[in-house]
Amino acid sequence: MQDYAHPETIVSTDWVAENKDNADVVVVEVDVDTGGYDEGHVPGALGWNWAEQLCDQVVRDILPKGEMERLLSSSGISNDTTVVLYGDNNNWFAAWAFWQMKIYGHEKVMIMNGGRSKWLEEGREISLEAPPTEPAEYSAAEADSSLRSFLPAVQEAVAGGEVDMVDVRSPEEYTGEILAPPGLPETCQRGGHVPGARSIPWGLACNEDGTFKSREALTELYSSRGISGERPVIAYCRIGERSSHTWFVLSCLLGFSGVTNYDGSWTEYGNLVGVEIERGE
Amino acid sequence: MTESMRSEDYQRRNETLAGWPVRIASYRIGETHYCHIDNVSPGATIARAKAASLEDAEREAIDKATERLKKTRRHD
Repeated sequence: MQDYAHPETIVSTDWVAENKDNADVVVVEVDVDTGGYDEGHVPGALGWNWAEQLCDQVVRDILPKGEMERLLSSSGISNDTTVVLYGDNNNWFAAWAFWQMKIYGHEKVMIMNGGRSKWLEEGREISLEAPPTEPAEYSAAEADSSLRSFLPAVQEAVAGGEVDMVDVRSPEEYTGEILAPPGLPETCQRGGHVPGARSIPWGLACNEDGTFKSREALTELYSSRGISGERPVIAYCRIGERSSHTWFVLSCLLGFSGVTNYDGSWTEYGNLVGVEIERGE
Repeated sequence: MTESMRSEDYQRRNETLAGWPVRIASYRIGETHYCHIDNVSPGATIARAKAASLEDAEREAIDKATERLKKTRRHD
């Protein structure tokens, strides 16, 4: 897959079509709105619901280790399985699942470039049926906290200035003109961004068909905005899913080290009491 | 036996609804037409609909999207 830093983390729709009968591969559609999966999906693909199956809604967290093991086991995924993730919203939630699987140490996990929309646009075969699954044994590693940032690390980054904060939301969300993407409920009290954060909307990393831009174009995009991989990076958005997409780009496609996803994101930072934010450009 | 199906007649265009840029994607699976609308720069899905005709699917999705977008406030 082009000359990305970690080509083993991304596959094309062609590859997925060619491997549809490969017993070592499990394909999963990850959606925020599983109505898409129900309309039709990649033949043999399982469907995961981001909100219900990939988040702990009680403590607002990623899945605990045991829950991740249960999800993967019940999906027929063992530690050696090659997992291909794709989904709606340009793979945002697939990237969230990828990030979380990496936190728990799954080695062979990939993103299908272009996601659900590209598969549909190409007029490829689809299925309306959820495939039968045989439970598998899965043992997750302890969570790798080096892939994730919590609020204290963000506040330290703001105070110290030695970490690059990247706000991947839309420009209107960054400036504070709007509090949530148009058409979605407002989930914070004020608009703006983390002080010192650079605005690099996630979508700039993609082509019109939802595929990722070339490594050369991505390098140019981020370096032109001061992100060259020489310093640690914390990416954030509103709830952490768009920033997991950018985390994937920086970590897997460009090979930067020290990149973390702040999944508390603006719904946490923007609601803090007694904490200053920045507005405008 | 599972019937083999494909998405067909996929089309995508950009428009403005209630003052906000949106991307409208439509396609057909079997006899059902689907329409899916997202808000472009954020990229989030804001409405989807299905119907027996392309026109009805788009109309329903556009109505839903417009209703949601109207509620978006701009803060000075």
